Amino acid sequence: MTKTINLTLKIWRQSGPGSKGRLETYIANTISTDMSFLEMLDVVNEQLTLDGKEPIAFDYDCREGICGQCGCVVNGRPHGPENGTTLCQLHMRHFSDGDTIFVEPFRARAFKIVKDLVIDRSPLDKIIQAGGYISASTGGCQDANAILIPQDTAEKAMDAAACIGCGACVAACPNASAMLFVSAKVSHLVLLPQGRPEAAQRVVSMLKTMDELCFGNCSNERECEAECPKEISIINIARMNREYIKAGIASTVQ
Amino acid sequence: MQWIFDFFGSSVGKKLMMALTGLCFIGFLTGHLIGNLTLYGGRDAFNAYAEHLHALGPVITLVEWGLLTLAAIHVFTGMLLFLQNLKARPVRYAINKSGGGRTISSALMPYTGFAILLFLIYHLLQFHFVDKTFTTIYDIVSLAFANVLNISFYIIAMVVVALHIRHGFWSLFQTLGANHPKYMPMVMGGSLVFSLIFGIGFGFLPVYISFSG
Ligand code: FES
Repeated sequence: MTKTINLTLKIWRQSGPGSKGRLETYIANTISTDMSFLEMLDVVNEQLTLDGKEPIAFDYDCREGICGQCGCVVNGRPHGPENGTTLCQLHMRHFSDGDTIFVEPFRARAFKIVKDLVIDRSPLDKIIQAGGYISASTGGCQDANAILIPQDTAEKAMDAAACIGCGACVAACPNASAMLFVSAKVSHLVLLPQGRPEAAQRVVSMLKTMDELCFGNCSNERECEAECPKEISIINIARMNREYIKAGIASTVQ
Repeated sequence: MQWIFDFFGSSVGKKLMMALTGLCFIGFLTGHLIGNLTLYGGRDAFNAYAEHLHALGPVITLVEWGLLTLAAIHVFTGMLLFLQNLKARPVRYAINKSGGGRTISSALMPYTGFAILLFLIYHLLQFHFVDKTFTTIYDIVSLAFANVLNISFYIIAMVVVALHIRHGFWSLFQTLGANHPKYMPMVMGGSLVFSLIFGIGFGFLPVYISFSG
């Protein structure tokens, strides 16, 4: 027998980017504890549709914790109370019968609310477009051992590359800063030989774009690494700071 | 030249200014505390220390102006960061909950910073910008700390300073990019040790003076 729980939900409803939103109360009864958080919202939405009401808009794609499309602030915590978990992978067994759950969108000046819990994450894409890539022309495939990369370095780069760009770091940061995201993108490239040639220009451009998009300034509160579903460390932020100092005072990048 | 403004004007650049000026203040506080230890030597020791300091003449003036400049940078940049960060999230969350990263000390940084600024003005008016023609600095200090209210005020101020350093110390290393798995635990420990040394070191002086004087 699956266990079921009854919940009271306080969910942020907002009809569009410019309009005023508010928290509305919904009752979700007989929710199976085997459901994911998003499946629970699906159940609520089915009922809303049957009642002829507007279903709650929320974002998702893969529902397996790899795409970075889902994410809301659940009871004050991005992606909910479990560490290292995306919202789609959060299961209702982590809640108890009779709980009241607050669900809000990721909030930042840089993230416009599209509708209800759906936000526009494109500012993160703009940061990537500013330099989060390498522009080496591809040629013939070279020998796999031509460029040696120590295992340890490859691991560090992979840890940074685990970032799915969900924006939870921005949502968690008391200053709505995107430093963990940007530093993860800077780090996974700069750690590898292929990323080094453009390192200086990359870090300067990406940070400049981050500032222009009105994200906040990092004050080392460490909420980002605590909430990151991929548990990316702020050691990446220190690495980016280093790269920025190097680029600023020792490179010719303006 | 423009690159210098661009470099320090970015979000990381502003943090670098906070870190570098903060580091200077930790250096200054260390010197200040060591100097103040002469208070334990009594009236003559402390007055002699003050005299030696003033005998340095232009060097002292230079240091004072230097510290004032650093303070102006630290305060101005800090306020700018604070305001920008407020603006970065115009609609606040209904429920705020920490994931475990924040500490009291980190959350209060702008407020402890502002409190320290107010304290500093009071402190300078009380001990620096006073007429010392007919008295000595030791007498001014011991007279000030005969007052219980003043003693409590100073102790509270030192708790605030300790809180500010608790986050500021490790944070400046992180900002300067000095986060290394081998050394970060030491920096974190150092953060606690420094805040305790400054908090207790300065905070105990008024108590000692009031009892000895
Ligand atoms: S829906 Fe893809 S990570 Fe949650």
